[in-house]
This record gives sequence, structure tokens and C-alpha cells, in this order.
Amino acid sequence: MPEKKEIKGVIERISGSLVVATGMTGASMQDVVHIGELGLVGEILEVNGDKASIQVYEETSGLMPGEPVVSTGEPLSVELGPGIIEQFYDGIQRPLELIEKAAKSHYISRGISVPALDRNKKWAFEPKVKPGDEVGVGDILGTVQETVVVEHRIMVPYGVKGKVERIEKGEHTIEDVIAVIDDNGTKHEVRMLQRWPVRRPRPVKTRLAPNVPMTTGQRVVDAFFPVALGGTACVPGPFGSGKTVIQHQFAKWAQAQIVVYVGCGERGNEMTDVLLEFPELDDPQTGQPLMKRTTLIANTSNMPVAAREASVYTAITLAEYYRDMGYSVALMADSTSRWAEALREMSGRLEEMPGEEGYPAYLGTRLASFYERAGRCIVMGKEGREGSITVIGAVSPPGGDLSEPVTQNTLRVTKVFWGLDANLAYQRHFPAINWLSSYSLYTDRLDAYWDEKFDDQWSGLRVEAMGLLEQESQLNEIVRLVGIDALSRDERMVMETAKSLREDFLHQNAFHEIDTYASMDKQFKMLKTIVNFHHAGLDALRKGAPMNKLFNLPVREQIARMRYLEEKDIGQIDKLDDTIKEQVNALIPVGGDTNAA
Amino acid sequence: MLPREYRTISSISGPLMMVEKTQDVRYDELVEITLSNGEKRRGRVLEIESDRALVQVFEGTSGIENEDTKVRFVGKVLTLPVSKDMLGRVFNGRGEPIDGGAPLIAEQNLDINGMPMNPFSRDFPSEFIQTGISTIDGLNPMVRGQKLPIFSASGLPHNRMAAQIARQATVISGHEDFAVVFAAMGITFEEASFFMEDFRKTGALQRTVLYINLADDPAIERISTPRIALTAAEYLAFECNMHVVVILTDLTNYCEALREISAARKEVPGRRGYPGYLYTDLATMYERAGRLKGKSGSITQIPILTMPEDDKTHPIPDLTGYITEGQIILSRSLHRQGIYPPVDVMPSLSRLKDKGIGRDKTREDHADLMNQLFAAYARGKEAKELAVILGEGALSDEDKAFAKFSTVFEDKYVRQGEYENRTIKETLELGWNLLTMIPVKELKRIRDAYIEKYLQPLLKAKAEKGDE
Repeated sequence: MPEKKEIKGVIERISGSLVVATGMTGASMQDVVHIGELGLVGEILEVNGDKASIQVYEETSGLMPGEPVVSTGEPLSVELGPGIIEQFYDGIQRPLELIEKAAKSHYISRGISVPALDRNKKWAFEPKVKPGDEVGVGDILGTVQETVVVEHRIMVPYGVKGKVERIEKGEHTIEDVIAVIDDNGTKHEVRMLQRWPVRRPRPVKTRLAPNVPMTTGQRVVDAFFPVALGGTACVPGPFGSGKTVIQHQFAKWAQAQIVVYVGCGERGNEMTDVLLEFPELDDPQTGQPLMKRTTLIANTSNMPVAAREASVYTAITLAEYYRDMGYSVALMADSTSRWAEALREMSGRLEEMPGEEGYPAYLGTRLASFYERAGRCIVMGKEGREGSITVIGAVSPPGGDLSEPVTQNTLRVTKVFWGLDANLAYQRHFPAINWLSSYSLYTDRLDAYWDEKFDDQWSGLRVEAMGLLEQESQLNEIVRLVGIDALSRDERMVMETAKSLREDFLHQNAFHEIDTYASMDKQFKMLKTIVNFHHAGLDALRKGAPMNKLFNLPVREQIARMRYLEEKDIGQIDKLDDTIKEQVNALIPVGGDTNAA
Repeated sequence: MLPREYRTISSISGPLMMVEKTQDVRYDELVEITLSNGEKRRGRVLEIESDRALVQVFEGTSGIENEDTKVRFVGKVLTLPVSKDMLGRVFNGRGEPIDGGAPLIAEQNLDINGMPMNPFSRDFPSEFIQTGISTIDGLNPMVRGQKLPIFSASGLPHNRMAAQIARQATVISGHEDFAVVFAAMGITFEEASFFMEDFRKTGALQRTVLYINLADDPAIERISTPRIALTAAEYLAFECNMHVVVILTDLTNYCEALREISAARKEVPGRRGYPGYLYTDLATMYERAGRLKGKSGSITQIPILTMPEDDKTHPIPDLTGYITEGQIILSRSLHRQGIYPPVDVMPSLSRLKDKGIGRDKTREDHADLMNQLFAAYARGKEAKELAVILGEGALSDEDKAFAKFSTVFEDKYVRQGEYENRTIKETLELGWNLLTMIPVKELKRIRDAYIEKYLQPLLKAKAEKGDE
């Protein structure tokens, strides 16, 4: 490698997390620099003559003009290799546990340099290729069992191809050479530890259409506003509407093999909650603790603001690395508004011309290029592995006002919108996703998938249920004006069924051990039963059945309790059909007149 | 290195001044300013550009001129002397004693900005704090290490409520040390003397530290007052192992001061003229609440803010709500009905409530009872609204019962005396007593076992009484 000239400048100006250094000729944009005697970490945002504007990822108090600034000549990168899963990182991939040890304090002190991945730990490397094999970028050289559920696949790094000359089975640290690849005489040493700049997307072979669902076990989401593997979704909502609980629910129950959870500018106690809870909870797919497939990135609201900006990139790069192994990865970002605010703060300090509400003009493009890194694709490598990243971003609009720039720019690029509603939250209806304003652009593609699974009944049920809820909102207007007695018997039935849909299906208790997760089978059966009762009830009303008795049938209690049935008992729901028929028919007067409605 | 002194102030504007030809000045450094009449003030470095330093003066810039005023850079950040003797003392917004007592002998000098807690080192808050106020203890329970603000508005009795919490707050497990740190920002003399008198009268003062910045004190001083209070709280909590409740009032004044500085620096404003970093700035204070692994102390925060025009979407309550773990909202309509404390039960929320209640913490039936009271009150209010439109006659018998319940609930449960300290057991019993007004079959949120255990005896007693 050619010797790089060290670029060393001095601090000229300090303003919050922005430092301007002179004497930086030759430094490139986005290079990482070390600032001052403490060696704080920063990144170059702007180059102007020999001056460089740097955003500093740590608290800058105590710095003074004249202190040195040294460029590393490398862009901000993450370390990739076994040991990422089960970790708890800060925004620039420093393990918080090691920070605690290094700082010998419960507080994050400055200038701490700790490795992202353990250099001493030995991993059992199992080769998948043998000497003489031809390999190219992305091909799997071998595997390491990272946790009980995650098999870590070591891939040929970018820019390397050729013939495997040597491959080392056995216990190795991440810095040991595990393979030597001979590219027409040039020998490449491959280690488990690889690096990748966070702001550059990792390449893929081809991108695929998002037509496979990612189930989340949340009924309102899976049934009405589903997200596809490789899709993008956003959850905007005012405070107290349950954004974080929903993100936690996705992290727990989403049908993904790897979960990356980034707490970006949010509460410290929430991250602690995740950290303490996830090792205790079992994943329904593997039966192992959720932590065994999760990596956490925390940049809480009181940690330096510039690192908050970096944290979402760190997260998505880690996600891409596991996608490249052929996994489906779900990335939860809570909250992208805080990330945008960090952008705004840096932009303000750089004295850029502000766009809407003080946000920089490039807010939209930044958001779009972040969400574009999601997707389902065939990754590099000759096996044609399929991997995906699904991104779910929370947005915290000020005052719950969705017209603000972050929400609007996010809505332009994401395909699913789960609108949280403060009124539902006050009524303690959770998840407080408003069924009238939310949407998913994946429903058409995914209906086809579920129709195949559920005998062509799925899309019909979904559309009918949605229609009932829509009708209810219109009828409610009338009820508010003239009272419920003004409605016809058919309309009363619609109101009753819509209520049942809301209370027995859409409402889901995240803190109840069974209700917290519902499989698609269970959701289908529940929805079908509720709609069945509607049909039976409508029919009976028309034949002259008394309305009060119909609405208070004992079977309705059973319908309300469907959600508490364990997954192994959901067969019982099918039996409800007969019970419904029996009880409803008993109400129809003998020789019931079909025109009694 | 000797501290350097300059007489090179080039410009003064608002709370800021520019000092020229400086050398070796550190960012965030403490600055001492000596006016020509000998008066001393303090400030801190906000920005440095080669040999120019922008200084924010805590006490305001009036009287500073650019000839004789001396500026000295101290070489360290603003620190606060702390010791356990702070308890029972009254300080001004800069941390200097104003109660006429002896100056504090410092055990330690701490940086008032603190440092961010490592999320890995936090311990999750889970122990119940009893405030003696039913609407908090029963419905929005607070736990040690939580930050639970009170959203109030002008003219509402938030100060009386804050004083009541400060007096009564205790942990039910008992004998641990409990302390209150009270920071007042921009409140009037009258309000400040109310707090001091009240604490003195009730004996709460000995376990309280007060920091008082009055409305006529320099606005800029308010920027450091809450940080000073939190530094004192951190010392008491994590060095002296005490359970500290920090009451900050009024955050709205703090944010105004922040906006003033931002405007003086000609920064690009965010919403309503507040700086774009208001969220981050507030978070650096609120996030100082919490518990740490391996430490028995804790910091619980009760920030109080007045919502301009009772508007919850105003940036100050809005950003606060995004950071804190819930909110207690006061209602003007309850206040008009003469109900104290006027806690608006429906939109109030404690996010950590589930962590602090239940068997071994408060009582097994707490969660169910809480959910039932919420649901019943909501239904009662709905029924009352309906009755307004369609007349009482349109209500079903159940709805009538709920409507009546909601009225009595406000009168008996929400309303309580300013010096009435209800134990959690009393609050729970009161809840059960009120539920006797509702047909048992409507109590869907409570497990049958608890109805049997707690409600049936009350119903029986009621029936017997009725018989007599």
C-alpha cells in the first residue's frame, strides 16, 4: 500500500459540536479525524481551501484553538465480523459495556477508544471452500456459529477474487488470517474482521420486488397494513401514542432472522428496558432468547448530537452486512426525527441556508437515500442467496402535526404509513394505529400471497372488514347528530360488528403474554369468525330476530376471548362457526319473515 | 499557568460579549468579569474563533463597558461545590447561599453540565414512590428514577401541588434517606417565599436543597440553575446514596432564556423562534434522572412547566413530552369546579407505571383497579356528554351509574386536601369504595379473584347498612 502522508492541522474555531481546523490541505470529505489532546473522534463535513469543518462525535468542552487535528485518511467505517450480535453499541459502534469498563464510571467520558469487536475471542471457523476453488466477491469462505441461532458467514471481501490458496479451519481470532486468495500472483490475506464505510451502501447483485410479507404478530399491521420483506414503513405519532411500544413489538415478534434496533436520540431508560428484557424473552420462531438475534445501537438524547447523526448509518451498514450473508434483517429506527434534528443542528452551525423549519435543504435526499438502502435482493456471491432489509422508522412530529418536513419527506419514500392517533391512545386503544388514515402500498402484492395460503378467502375478508370500519365512521356521524335509534337494523349490525372488529381484533395488549403475538393462522381465523357472525347476524335480523338478544348472545363472549387462546388451541376458533349458527338460528322466530328488516 | 486577564471586549449584545486577542482559551471555560466598579460577574465561553472568544454572561451584561472591564479566563468549566450540608440550605440560581448561613465547605467540586449516563450502566426504575396524591399514586404511579413532568398553565395551582409532593414524597419500603432538590427558575418573590415558608413550617426544609432564581434575576442565570440543582442531586443520589426528588419550576422560563441567547447569537430558529437544539438541550437535563447499577440512590425528576395558552402542542410541552416518561396534565375545568389538585386524569400518563406496582410493590390488585377506574371514568364522562345532547332519559341504567360514578370520582378521588397525605392503601380502598357504585358485571377489567377479595366485603357492608 502506498504510504499516506499524515494530514495534521490545528483548531481554529469551536462552536458546540462543530470544529473548524486549518492546515488540512489534502483531507477529503467524510474522513475521520482525531481532535485535540484527548483525541476526540470527528468527521469532516466541509472542505474550504485548507480549512475543514468537522462534526465532533463527543462533547467538545475544554478544547482550545491551536490544538492538533489529525486526519486518519479514512471515512467513518464500522467493523464487521463475528461478535456483532448481542452487542450494545453507541452511535459510532463503540460497545457501551467496554466504555463503562474503560471509563471506570457509569458516565460516558470522552476520548475513549475501544474496539467494536473483541480482538481476543476465538471463534471456531468452519471452511466451506477448499484450496484450489475459484472464489469471487461475496462468496462464502466459511462459517462461524456466532450465537445459538445465528450462523455467521464469512464472505470474500470486496475487490478480492481468485483461487483459494490456503484456508484455515479451527479456532481463530478475528484478526488471524483465515484464508489466502491468489489472484494471478497477487496474494490477498482474508481475515474475519472486515471494515466498511458507513455512508456507502454495500452493493448487491439484483434487487427483487417486495412480494413476500414480513409478519409482525400485530393484527392491525399484518391484516390491514402489512409490510413486505425488504419494505419500508414509518410510524409517525405524537408523544404518548405508543410509538416506542410498537417498535419494541416489531423488534420482538417480526419474522426476521436478524434485528437491528437503533435508539436514536431517545430515552436512556427505554434502551435499558430493551437491554434487560430481550435476553429474557423467547423468540417464537427459534425458542431462543430474542437477544441472540439482536444488536442494539443507542445514542440517547443526552449523548453527543453528531454521533446521533452517524448512528442510523452505523445501523444500516450492520444490517447490510447480515443481509449479504443471506438473512432477512429488520431495522427499527426510533426516532428518525431526532436524526433529522441532528442534521439541522449541524447545518445551522455550518451556517447553511435553511430550508423549511430550519431543516437543511438536503433533508429529503438524505432521508430518501437512507430508506433506499432497504430492499429484498439477490446478494453478491455465486450461490444467489436472497437477503432483505426491512426498515421501520418512527417519526416524532412536533405537536403531532404531520405536515412538518420530516414526516412529509419520509412519507414520500416509505410505502407503509401507520398513523398513530392520540385520541385512540387516550381511550387506551393500543396499538393506537388509526385504521382510517393508515395505508400500506404492499396490500395488493401481499394479498396474492395470503390468498394462496388461505384458500382465496383472505383478500375478501380484509376488504369486507375494512369496509365495515369505514361504514362505522360514517354512521357515527349520524349517531352523533340524532342518536343510535335513528339507524336501521342492518346499520345497527354494522355498528356492532365494527365495534367487535375494533375491540376484539384491532385492539391488542402488548403486555399480555398471549395476546402480544398472533400468528397469521390465528389472525385469519379470528377475522373470519367476526365476519361470519356479521353475516349470520344480518341474516337473522332480516328474518326478524330480536336485536338485543342477538347482540348479547353468549357466543359473543367467546369471540371476545379468541385473542387469549394460545397458538396450540386456535383450532377451537373454527368450532365457533357452528356455535354461532346454532345460537343465532335459535333467535329466528319460527317461519321468520325474510322481509322483516 | 496563570489565569490571563484581558481588557479587549470588542462588542456587547444582549447577554453576549466578544473578547478579542485571546490566547489559549478553552471552549466552555468559566470566565470571571470584573466591572470598573469592582463588581464581579461570571460567564462561559460559547464559541471561539482563533483569537476571539464569545462569552455568555450569566448575570447579564448591563454595566459592562469595553474599556475598563476586565475579563479573566479561569481555565476550568463552571463547577459547583457540593457537600451533604447543602440539605436545609437556600441558594440563589448561581449556587451561592442566600439564607444568611455560612458558606458551604465543599466535599467535591463538580462540573455542572454532568456527563451522559451510559445506557448500559443504568438500572431500570421499578420502585414505587408514594406522593400521597391519589391521582398520581393510584392512577399514574411514579417510580424512583423516573422523570414525570407536570403540564400546567397560568393560574393553576401547580406550585401548591409541587410543594405538596415535596412534603409528602416517600418510598414505602421505608427507612431510606430521602431528599428533595428544588430549583426555581424565574418565579416571583411571592411564589418563592410560599415555597420557603411552606417547607420551613412543615419541617420539610431539613431534607431539601433550594435553588432560587427569581423573576427579576438575570434571565441568563436560569440556564445554569437547573444544571446546578441536578449536579447537587447527582451528588446526593450517587455519592450519598439518597433518593432524591428534583422539582424544577418553571421550565417555560428556562426555555425563554434559551431562546433569548439563541436570538442574540443570530442562530437559525426552529419552531416559534426556539432554537433547533431545544430538544437536545432539554434532554441533557431530563436524562439526568435515573438509577445506576450498583448504586442505591436515585434521581426522580418532576419538572413543572406552564403551557402557553394551555396548548399542549407548543414546542416546550411537546418536546418535553417526547423526552419524559409520561406527563401529569392539570385541567382548567376541574380547577374552575374548585377541585384541588385539578389533575386531568384521561390524558395524564405515567409510562413506567407498570414497573412500579403490583404484589410486593404496592398491592396485587393495583393494576386491575387502575385500569378499571380509568375505563369507568372514561365511560362516565362519555355518558355525561351524551346526556347533555340527548337528555338524561336517553341513558341506559348502566350509563346512569357510570355518569354518577364519574361525578363522585372527581369529588372524592381526584379532590383531596392540600395537607391530606393518603397512603397507597387508602387510595386503593377509596378506589374500591367508588366501584361499589357500578354493577359488578360491568367490572370487566378486574380479575374475579380480586373482586371477591376486595369488593364483595364492601358490597356486603353497604347492603347491611342499607338494611338498617
